[in-house]
Amino acid sequence: MTVQAPVLPAAPADAPPARLIAGRPRLLEDRSTHYCPGCGHGVVHRLVAEVLDELGVAGRTIAVAAVGCAVFAYDYLHVDFVEAQHGRAPAVATGIRRVRPDHFVLTYQGDGDLAAIGTAEIVHAAARGERITTIFVNNGTYGMTGGQLAPTSLLGQRTSSTPLGRDARLNGYPIPITEMLALAPGTAYAARGSVATPSTIGRTKAMIRRACETQIEGLGFSIVEVLSNCPVGWGMTPVESIAHLAEVAETYPLGVLVDRGAEG
Amino acid sequence: MIATSVPSRPPAAARNAERRVLLKGNEALAEAAIQAGCDAYFGYPITPQAELLEWMARRMPEEGRAFVQAESEIGAISMALGAAAAGARVLVSTSSPGFSLMAEGMSYLAGSELPVVLVDVMRGGPGLGSIGPAQSDYLAAVKGHGHGDYRVPVLAPASIAEGMVLMADAFEIAERYRTPVILLADGILGQAMEPVVPTYRMPPRTDGDWVLSGADGRPPRVVKSLHLRPEALEAHNQHLQAKFSEIAAREVRWETERLDGAEIGVVAYGVAARVARTAVGRARDAGLAAGLFRPISLWPFPSAALAEAASRLRAVLVVELSAGQMVEDARLAIEGRAPVFFHGRTGGMVPSPSEVVGALRRAWAQTEPRGGTR
Repeated sequence: MTVQAPVLPAAPADAPPARLIAGRPRLLEDRSTHYCPGCGHGVVHRLVAEVLDELGVAGRTIAVAAVGCAVFAYDYLHVDFVEAQHGRAPAVATGIRRVRPDHFVLTYQGDGDLAAIGTAEIVHAAARGERITTIFVNNGTYGMTGGQLAPTSLLGQRTSSTPLGRDARLNGYPIPITEMLALAPGTAYAARGSVATPSTIGRTKAMIRRACETQIEGLGFSIVEVLSNCPVGWGMTPVESIAHLAEVAETYPLGVLVDRGAEG
Repeated sequence: MIATSVPSRPPAAARNAERRVLLKGNEALAEAAIQAGCDAYFGYPITPQAELLEWMARRMPEEGRAFVQAESEIGAISMALGAAAAGARVLVSTSSPGFSLMAEGMSYLAGSELPVVLVDVMRGGPGLGSIGPAQSDYLAAVKGHGHGDYRVPVLAPASIAEGMVLMADAFEIAERYRTPVILLADGILGQAMEPVVPTYRMPPRTDGDWVLSGADGRPPRVVKSLHLRPEALEAHNQHLQAKFSEIAAREVRWETERLDGAEIGVVAYGVAARVARTAVGRARDAGLAAGLFRPISLWPFPSAALAEAASRLRAVLVVELSAGQMVEDARLAIEGRAPVFFHGRTGGMVPSPSEVVGALRRAWAQTEPRGGTR
């Protein structure tokens, strides 16, 4: 399949001089990434970098990298990082939080990491109302290991370990983990965004910002799930995979699930 | 005679000048950690170490320090990893089934070079086993736990007082070499009460240039164990191995009792050494020239000292609360310099001194006097 690059119309001769409306965030390293072409992690990295910079917390941020494609987040985001065992990022973040009460503590996790092997750690971090913020990138598959069934894979989704598609009788149902976490009284903020369109990306950034503010205000645990694409794991072109996010959002509706700060 | 490369005990006169108090092992270890400057404790309830967690639950908040009862031993050791990366002096404690769950974290701590002290108050296994005392985690602690090429210093106290001294030493070794350290105790040491003159020591603190404190005015730091390029991982492994060699050369500890002039030696660590000490006394009373060799560091194992001692003995008897684990290291160290016998009990059973004397008599009967020694 050929993907057509968008053809930009030539600027008219009397156009005003070019003005930069979007550049590389200061906290994002100026280097190419290891992510596959079209992968949504780059967008989410950018949003996190922008928010940490805007809130002025980058210099006191300690982030936790989780096992999965985004384990290399420390190669791109200009903050201190520790690498967690698979699924344990919320527990690692808890350890940091308890000995560095004035720092900003962030985990960046994928869906296999957070919703399968790390279920106990994320649930109990939320239950404790741990003052940490989790960026949860849900692309419905294990990207790094070759696109296997994830706990979040859609019903019918073909993966390398469900070659005939996810069958609820054999493989269970997609897990609405963020809704589950939102039920915990310790969860001060939970929301779900998406990298599907410029407009959802803008709303996702606002969610990440609100989640981070929730931590700074000391309200409790905060999490933003971001529906993202995995063109290679899904067997789609980048453009097809972005379009497919609308279908993903039918299983995982976008929006703010809980905001106890706003509830006052 | 105590042989260590690090002075670990104040002189006897200084100790006796203090008042003796009756302390429970688990609580004494916990307070020793607090007095050694432990900033954070993470644990999960399990018998027979639960009093250690409970002591920390009460005392750590009193001191304004961190205490979290984790969702599991996996959670506890992961919290320890985060706190250690942030520069804290960290303790975790557990018992055997929980130690299995902490194996993952130990591998990552070793790979990431993070100092954490882990207390394993051993109970009987395998599986849920029992809650009675055992020494059946020797292989797991000394040879095993997580995946990968790494070693972890293992210190084995034989008394509550010694456990308190070794707690401070464990923090010091952990930070000096950036490594997890295991304090290997057992259900008796955890549960028993002994009169102790508390000796506390706060090892000096060193702020490493690796500690995560926020990249404010300096380049970001990363604490990790992932090195995808084979060349990079091999270089990292070579660095780790060089460190392990240094530890093996500098941190060997053992103690001998009545071994000078002995013809038969008992090798035992921890609570088994307490039984062996009594057995050696009774054997001596019965005319059997027995002596005791007690490893204190299980890794590094005091191989050279044991080999030297064994070269003067007609036989060596290894006594453990296991089906025979440390005996493998004893045999490797002795390399045929003397015949090696074994006596062990399992499942929470503790060998009696008379059992050990009987084993000594059997070893004696099956061996010949050393040529030229008499």
